[in-house]
Amino acid sequence: MTADAADSPRSPAASEGSAVRFSAEGVRDGFVECVPVAFGVAGYGIVFGMLARRAGLRVAEAALMSATVLAGAAQLLAIELWETPLPVVAVIGTTLVVNLRYVLMGAALRPWFEGLSPAKAYGSVFFIADENWALTMGELTSGSRQGAYLLGSGLAVWAAWVLATVVGAVAGGLIGDPARYGLDFVLTAVFLAIAVGLWEGRSTLLPWLTALVVAVLSARYLPGRWYILLGGVAGCLVGVARVGE
Amino acid sequence: MSLDPVVVAVVVGMAAVTYATKAGGLWVLGRVEVPERVETGLELLPGAIIVSIVGPELVDAGPPEWGAGAVVVAVMWRTGNVLLSLLGGVGAVLLLRTVT
Repeated sequence: MTADAADSPRSPAASEGSAVRFSAEGVRDGFVECVPVAFGVAGYGIVFGMLARRAGLRVAEAALMSATVLAGAAQLLAIELWETPLPVVAVIGTTLVVNLRYVLMGAALRPWFEGLSPAKAYGSVFFIADENWALTMGELTSGSRQGAYLLGSGLAVWAAWVLATVVGAVAGGLIGDPARYGLDFVLTAVFLAIAVGLWEGRSTLLPWLTALVVAVLSARYLPGRWYILLGGVAGCLVGVARVGE
Repeated sequence: MSLDPVVVAVVVGMAAVTYATKAGGLWVLGRVEVPERVETGLELLPGAIIVSIVGPELVDAGPPEWGAGAVVVAVMWRTGNVLLSLLGGVGAVLLLRTVT
């Protein structure tokens, strides 16, 4: 980005993208402002590491997953499905489906990111996670031109997530019978807590009830883990059908 | 530290599809108008999937898990704090398992 573009005051919304900078200052601002959030992510990462270890992943494997996938809910789902032999298609397919929401999050960045070089834009989107994406959107929509904010805040989240995964995985390996500490309930509890966070009021009720009924019935009558995708898709379709009613 | 090649392959596959969703939005959706139905659907998917995981699990569990699940939901609802909810849930499940 040229300095003139960055300095042009209050450019109209149409040219927002062309005014975005990508500087070390932006990386630093994003990183520093995301540190408190990263502590929260770390707590979550410790839980993921312990559960991953319990599911049979080695410390290095859990760390590799956190470092390359960087998607909390999808990683917890993969751990839930993890067994020997590995259900490869189910794990990767579920990861894809549960992460489809990132498509919308990436699209929301476009007005600012289309002014950046492809390497900067497509490098930055790797670091999209729920928490720092929300911070970045707040920063950009408030008129900041810091295109590197996503990268900076993402690095804070990434570092916390990977380190916490290692800590959790190592600690998880030291613990004996998980049921004795109630750890067998943790994954269920994590999912329940995430669900509460995703609740958006009455419009969520019918899709979730549909998902519940379809999942419970297909878990009973179908083999494998198909009930997860069936329930999810059924609930989603019910919600879509109600749009515009 | 050793890595299992199959595990690495699965992790790489997960990383590839995840990156595809993150980059795909920037790549495709900026060029086309997203229909409202598609947007609603994408927003509903994670919640519906999570309900589909937890639902059958809880149906097959027993009173300690049901009670602890209610504690998790209540704490999360009131505080919005995931770790606090987990502590409450695990505490409740341990307690309820000793009394039932």
